Amino acid sequence: MGQVIKDSPAAEPRFKARGVDKHFGPVQALTQVDLDLYAGQVTALCGDNGAGKSVLTKCIAGIYEIDHGQFFWEGNPVHVRSPRDAARLGIETVYQDLALADNLDIVQNMFLGRERLRSGLLNEDDMERAATKTLADLRVTTVRSIRQPVASLSGGQRQSVAVAKAVMWNSKLVMLDEPTAALGVVQTKMVLDLVRRLRDRGLAVMVISHNLNDVFEVADRIAVVHLGRLVTQGPASDFDRQSVVDYMTTGASSRSGPRTDADGATSGTR
Amino acid sequence: MARAEAPETAPDPTAAAEAATLEVPPELVAQSLGEWFRAWLTRIRSGDSGVLPVILALVIITIVFQAISPHNVFLSAGNLVNLFQQSAVFIVLAMGELFVILLGEIDLSIGYAGGVGAAVTVQLVQPATTKWPWWAAVLAGLLVCVVIGALQGTLVTRLRLSSLIVTLAGLLIWQGTMLIVLGLAFSGYPSLAGLDSNRQVLYNLMNGTIDPVISWIGAAVVVLAIAALLWFGDSRRRRSGLVAPPVSLTLLKIVLIAIVATSVVAICNINRAAFGTQEGVPWVIPIVLAVFAVWMTILQRTRFGRYVYAIGGNPEAARRAGINLAAIRTLCFIICTFTAGIGLLLYASYLGGMSGNINGGQLVLYAIASVVLAGTSLFGGRGKVIHGILGGLVIGGIYNGMGLLGLDVRWQFIVTGLVLLVAITIDSLSRRSATSGSAARV
Repeated sequence: MGQVIKDSPAAEPRFKARGVDKHFGPVQALTQVDLDLYAGQVTALCGDNGAGKSVLTKCIAGIYEIDHGQFFWEGNPVHVRSPRDAARLGIETVYQDLALADNLDIVQNMFLGRERLRSGLLNEDDMERAATKTLADLRVTTVRSIRQPVASLSGGQRQSVAVAKAVMWNSKLVMLDEPTAALGVVQTKMVLDLVRRLRDRGLAVMVISHNLNDVFEVADRIAVVHLGRLVTQGPASDFDRQSVVDYMTTGASSRSGPRTDADGATSGTR
Repeated sequence: MARAEAPETAPDPTAAAEAATLEVPPELVAQSLGEWFRAWLTRIRSGDSGVLPVILALVIITIVFQAISPHNVFLSAGNLVNLFQQSAVFIVLAMGELFVILLGEIDLSIGYAGGVGAAVTVQLVQPATTKWPWWAAVLAGLLVCVVIGALQGTLVTRLRLSSLIVTLAGLLIWQGTMLIVLGLAFSGYPSLAGLDSNRQVLYNLMNGTIDPVISWIGAAVVVLAIAALLWFGDSRRRRSGLVAPPVSLTLLKIVLIAIVATSVVAICNINRAAFGTQEGVPWVIPIVLAVFAVWMTILQRTRFGRYVYAIGGNPEAARRAGINLAAIRTLCFIICTFTAGIGLLLYASYLGGMSGNINGGQLVLYAIASVVLAGTSLFGGRGKVIHGILGGLVIGGIYNGMGLLGLDVRWQFIVTGLVLLVAITIDSLSRRSATSGSAARV
């Protein structure tokens, strides 16, 4: 495994994975992965294409069941065998395709599958109020009407709705898969601000990203997977761009210690 | 499935803000009737015209057939009531077909699948043989339709067969089955015409009329009930600061509904018999409205309905939301054939019996054309129950007009085909312009 890096000050990670293996037939997708995700911190999960980022995410989300190893939730061992198990713990995932129905409006999408009822019929008023409140809390203010169909939203707005949908359910860990991949500069900023607000609300956030600009912009911690192994994790301040790229491409880095590039300004605001 | 993709490039902030304001359906933020009306016009100009084309089509059909029908008989009370009765069959079939079309599937079999149900019902009430009470026979017929729908729906959802092929096979299978059921009669085709009160009930579904005074009272009760629902619902939402239409729009809707109801009752209450009296609202109108009200409530106000739209819009999103896709889809196929059973029962009542000559293939194409003409998308996810009524009236109008002109079955086939072609062309073009429109916006 990679270098030993001092853990962050938080006492116990909200979520821990220890010795996780996952294979698909003969293909070993994950090998002995240890991962820590802390409350109130944004962890960036980096890795090249096919490194195992998505498999790891889907294991945590309960879409795949792990072969070996153990997950811990707030210190207690847990089994996550289905998305329902994950949801029960408070784990929500925003996939890259967002999984929004274009023909439904924002409220309908946010409550899809968990609609509130009153005497058997949909309680639209109640749902609209709750959705409005969640969006306001997250300061997603650019949508003009909460009743507009999702098809009419911009990319950043759609991403925001997907995130709001995920955090609506008292979730404690939110995983975002490439949240800025398809977005322009303005909308990327909007989504990264939203990610920071999730952290400030005390959620554990994991962001999967290729984009090192975004990673250093928003991450408190960085974890890198390479060929199915988690080669390093630690506070973002212990990395710089070159070391992350080294870990992503070779699984090791000759560089270490505090970053020296211009991103220091960002970490100063925290 | 093609979906509008997120924008690739970074627009400057002002352009982005401007685009965002342009994208909102303008009616949603309108504060007054004038504002709402202008917003509506903007939306029509941008290609998303809602039910406007189908209402225009109704007007044009009325004007054309009134002008060219012999003795300008099209708008006579007698013909209009006949038109309502003919349309009722198309409307009910269309409201059933809507459920599978919303999923992005299709059911070609409903003409004959419903025909099997109607044949069973009509056979069971025959006084010479089984003598079932009419309600038991109706339940049995509809139960047969439910079984057929469950069968086809299971094949489509569990075995993942194409609904087009499964129901195309069904079209043939149920036609044969219907002929077998009809062949069980001891002589000729089973009839609903008879003096026994049991068969009379089924005959009256289409041909019976409600006393004019009771018609007026019933219409008033229905209009008042709808008005109260609309008014209190909208004002409650306005008070709570939720998205709601302006007061004047709510009033406009209520007034329109009152006008339509008054006109229909007034037309039906004109004596339309050449000799003696024949007046009053046919039973079939409240029957159709009841089916409409139930299906609309289910689609708009229940979880099941919400999931139907979600599956039509993005099945993957629905699956991830924990929705049981197979169950919802199968249920839609069941509702579709069940409703078709009601439709064909009305048709049997209209014909005064069940005949092996009914053209179930033409009926299903009319049903599909009805909803698609009125704005339901064959690609799934977009459509309303009211589309069945509006589109069914258009198709009923064309069908009725062709009858008045004395066009024979050859021309009816050609016109059926053309109408369907026009309907799907409108659907595809509007879909294309909507997609290119959203691409242009971002």
